[in-house]
Amino acid sequence: MIALLLIVGVLMVLAVMVIAMYNGLVVTRNQVKNAWSQIDVQLKRRHDLIPNLVETAKGYVKHERETLENITKARNLATQASGAGAAAAGKAEGELSGALSKFFLVVENYPDLKANQNFLALQEELSSTENKISFARQFYNDIVLNYNNKTEQFPTNIIAGSFGFKRAEFFELTAPAERETPKVQF
Amino acid sequence: MWDLIQSNKRKSVALIFFLAVVLIALGYFVGFYIAPGDGGLYGAVAAMLVWTIMMAASVGGGEAILLASSGAREVDHNAAPQLFNIVEEMKIAAGLPAMPRVFIIDSDVPNAFAVGLNPKRAAVAVTTGLLSRLNRDELQGVIAHEIGHIANRDTLFMTLAGVTVGAVIIIADLFLRGLFYGGGRTRRSSSRNEGQGAAIMAILSIILAILAPILAQILYFACSRRREYLADASSAQFTRYPEGLATALEKISGYHGERLQISRAVAPMMIINPLAAAGSSTSIFSTHPATEDRIRVLRSMAGGSSFAAYDQAFRSAHGDHGVIGSATLRGVSEFGVRKPSDEPAANASQRMRSAKNILHNLNQFSTIACSCGLKIKLPPGFDRPSLACPRCGAQHVVPPELLAAAAALQAAGGTPGRPPSA
Repeated sequence: MIALLLIVGVLMVLAVMVIAMYNGLVVTRNQVKNAWSQIDVQLKRRHDLIPNLVETAKGYVKHERETLENITKARNLATQASGAGAAAAGKAEGELSGALSKFFLVVENYPDLKANQNFLALQEELSSTENKISFARQFYNDIVLNYNNKTEQFPTNIIAGSFGFKRAEFFELTAPAERETPKVQF
Repeated sequence: MWDLIQSNKRKSVALIFFLAVVLIALGYFVGFYIAPGDGGLYGAVAAMLVWTIMMAASVGGGEAILLASSGAREVDHNAAPQLFNIVEEMKIAAGLPAMPRVFIIDSDVPNAFAVGLNPKRAAVAVTTGLLSRLNRDELQGVIAHEIGHIANRDTLFMTLAGVTVGAVIIIADLFLRGLFYGGGRTRRSSSRNEGQGAAIMAILSIILAILAPILAQILYFACSRRREYLADASSAQFTRYPEGLATALEKISGYHGERLQISRAVAPMMIINPLAAAGSSTSIFSTHPATEDRIRVLRSMAGGSSFAAYDQAFRSAHGDHGVIGSATLRGVSEFGVRKPSDEPAANASQRMRSAKNILHNLNQFSTIACSCGLKIKLPPGFDRPSLACPRCGAQHVVPPELLAAAAALQAAGGTPGRPPSA
């Protein structure tokens, strides 16, 4: 009788541990999903800021029509690609970052534009949004690391294996140029 | 990072439990001293009552009182875009569930602090002195340190521990004072044996009343110093740029001037101890480790920004004992350091002006642009029809809508605004 009670007790403790570990894995997996959507929020914000930027700059940089058109084109491509999978979206966003940093290099030659209050405010917003994109990616990688550790470390790896918790992919920058300069610099 | 939060929670619960035991024991002995027998029980209950009241006050309206008493003004994205953006960047890097509220304190003393018992409704406050001295990377390092306090739940546990230590101090202080001014026991024991026991208890309670506050404070400050190192490690991890915080600490500790008028309770949440003299070395009664030591650890992270790199740097500076638990370091990978952002080097006066502008806008100052290039700022309620430009002396007519607003303000009992004597 006592032996039976003991066995039941041990089984119950084990069951509680399994449930706790399973729930912990679910919470972490949801954090990973949520962190990914946070990156999208910031990318969307960048797309929203660009038409304003182009509109403000148009009057000042008459000789740089091509640069501005490239930004608008890259922005439209990125907007379209945002629903087309991580790889395509990542490539389009990388090109948009490139077009923007080219534009901000050009701006150095236009002191009038650089003195425009509206432009300065937009510049701060865009540069901060670039930072937020990279911090959101960084947090995504931090939380993926935490999740992957859980799926690999004992004892949670047993639960992860038997309930099909797969490793999550880290975010990797596709464009080598972007890897060198993680932030667009103005 | 998540293991760190977990182990912080466990340690903090243990600490607060221990402090609560000290508090109740103190209450018991004091009660017993005053009235041997039942008095001990009443004393313990009274101690818990004091603790509950203090706890309710600090959990209930604590943050609002704290922010109000430090003269903090809340800013939104429009009022202080860069500061607000930096806080949001760090909120994202830390993965906080909600955006903290952002406050500015009008003081030339460079400092910053975080409050909020819950990461869902926390707040970060910085002084104008801080804004005017630091560049974007340095400010980001400081904000990341404060966000680290929120993410690691330091704000919650240091508040709880602080309240408990406070209750211990108050009870011990009342008791010792009462003793000194000749208060005493209400009931004398009749039998000789009981008298001896009571005498031993009396001596014990006096010793406890003297030792308990000291012990509680030593423990509290040790915990606070450890949390500072951890917040520094979090700052390095969030920004991926330890040098930003290191330079910021250098600049902040280089300030020798007035002190910040602020409640003692926030001291552990500040970037640097506001009460100690600048650069003073650490003791068992300091909330913060010596600033030079924090800078040295940050600078010897050798191209890393992870908890592992911080722990390694800490070990080499402190003779091989680490500051971050091994459970937290398990499975940490290194991500390297990013490049500094090359924002144009704004000079000190430019930074000061933009920090002051934030406050002027908040206070609804209006501006008149002079042809000499100076923007004259008028406080709300300015009631003179004209004024001379302080730089070139040109006369300006104050717009009628401002005068109307001033008249309305005075009719409502407000005082007329005068330009600040420059």
